[in-house]
Amino acid sequence: MIEIKNVGKSFQGKEVLMGISATFEKGKTNMIIGASGTGKSVLLKTIVGLFSPDKGSVLYDGRDFHASTIREQKIIRGEIGMLFQGSALFDSLTVAENVRFPLNIHSDMSESEKDDKVNFYLKRVGLENAAHKMPSEISGGMQKRVGIARAIVMNSQYLFCDEPNSGLDPQTAWMIDQLIHEITQEYNLTTVIVSHDMNSVMEIGEYIMFMYKGLKIWEGTKDEILDAEPKELKDFLFSNKLVRTFKGI
Amino acid sequence: MRRLGEYILFLKKMFSNREPLTTYVRLFFQECINIGINSLFLVGFVSLFVGAVIALQMAYNIVSPLLPKYIIGLATREMMILEMAPTLSAIVFAGKVGSQIAGGIGTMRITEQIDALEVMGINSASYLVLPKIIAGMAMLPLLAILSAALGIWGGYLATIFGNLSPTEDYIYGIQNTFVSFEVPFAIIKAFVFGFIVTSISAFKGYNVKGGALEVGKASTDAVTASCIAILAADFILADTLLS
Ligand SMILES: Nc1ncnc2c1ncn2[C@@H]1O[C@H](COP(=O)(O)OP(=O)(O)OP(=O)(O)O)[C@@H](O)[C@H]1O
Ligand SMILES: [Mg+2]
Repeated sequence: MIEIKNVGKSFQGKEVLMGISATFEKGKTNMIIGASGTGKSVLLKTIVGLFSPDKGSVLYDGRDFHASTIREQKIIRGEIGMLFQGSALFDSLTVAENVRFPLNIHSDMSESEKDDKVNFYLKRVGLENAAHKMPSEISGGMQKRVGIARAIVMNSQYLFCDEPNSGLDPQTAWMIDQLIHEITQEYNLTTVIVSHDMNSVMEIGEYIMFMYKGLKIWEGTKDEILDAEPKELKDFLFSNKLVRTFKGI
Repeated sequence: MRRLGEYILFLKKMFSNREPLTTYVRLFFQECINIGINSLFLVGFVSLFVGAVIALQMAYNIVSPLLPKYIIGLATREMMILEMAPTLSAIVFAGKVGSQIAGGIGTMRITEQIDALEVMGINSASYLVLPKIIAGMAMLPLLAILSAALGIWGGYLATIFGNLSPTEDYIYGIQNTFVSFEVPFAIIKAFVFGFIVTSISAFKGYNVKGGALEVGKASTDAVTASCIAILAADFILADTLLS
């Protein structure tokens, strides 16, 4: 479980996050949604410690990340996996080396144990045949899957995804969503996904938090979202023809 | 001035909370091979020709019969070791390696590869940059030594093919009144330049914001800033170490 409490962040006097609190539960796909530029990525990066918040705290199962020593932070980081918007694979390493990378940093396994682990997770995401390819030689959807394998190879407890299906065709996007959802349940992860894709929200969102200009305006489940009250959320939701059709308006 | 402050903070960040040393050993050797091979050919080529041209121009300038012919060898040696070998190698090095470092690290920045390293708990500044800086400081002196040797050899070839003087004169010239401190001085210079080029280029790349356009700009900026810093350091070192 991850709790964020009153998290605030400004850049050069511009307030991007204005005190956001939320709880992301274990074994669930938690989603942060909102229009472009509302601070979703900044919030995610603050949670994983790429930015330090100006105020507030982030608790990983009770451990306050930003108040921890560097050693303690490193332990938490060993439990964090993150899938980036553009996959962020290391382009000088092969697919298998990318997945192996966190193991080299954090674990003291023997080389053959690492091999086994890498093969296991590559198989899990369906890429056992691409192990020796370079990231530039595989498709965007495959890169995302490598990113997922790299994110969970450490037996991560927490999985973060920034727009996991951006730039993918609907079918591949659906497949990536399903993969993240399955993995979350399989390994009982606390998963937080940033998205503005209503399809994935309706498919896999178990807890949904809507952000608008640095504030949390609404939270709830996908069954509640179509009846939600705030005007900003309605505007966001019903700009989408599919959702309008679905709701019959 | 603010950039300078940021640059110093960047260097400091590299040394705080870095990975265990063993992590760096393998990276260091990779970088040495990469950096060394990358600029080897161009440094060699430039040095050979610069040495030859120095010899030719010296010969052209000696019109007085009173000046001994061995001056050609002497001057080629002096100019190559003191100035051309370390400084010219460093400039070539900035063009080839510096732009590559800035471009590579800049690309890693905009594609979030640096964020990915940080999320894994790695100090990206030291992981990416430290091996490059140390490799630069190890390789540039070697390149400078090679450059000096090739330059002097280039002068020798010019002497033969241009019929400038008897080769014995040239050989005598390059051995005449040899001040042994000049060699360590050249090596110190190359060592400092190696640090300057790699650290400035890495700094430029590391702080890229934006997209591919900014990465390209960081590469050229890295070369410009490195060259200016090389020449400034060249002046300061000559002033302090030679007086
Ligand atoms: N490193 C930074 N320095 C300064 N400002 C930043 C930085 N990162 C983000 N911002 C600003 O914070 C605001 C929110 O950006 P953010 O990337 O979080 O939006 P987002 O909700 O993720 O949008 P999108 O859906 O387009 O990804 C933007 O106005 C952006 O300019
Ligand atoms: Mg974003």
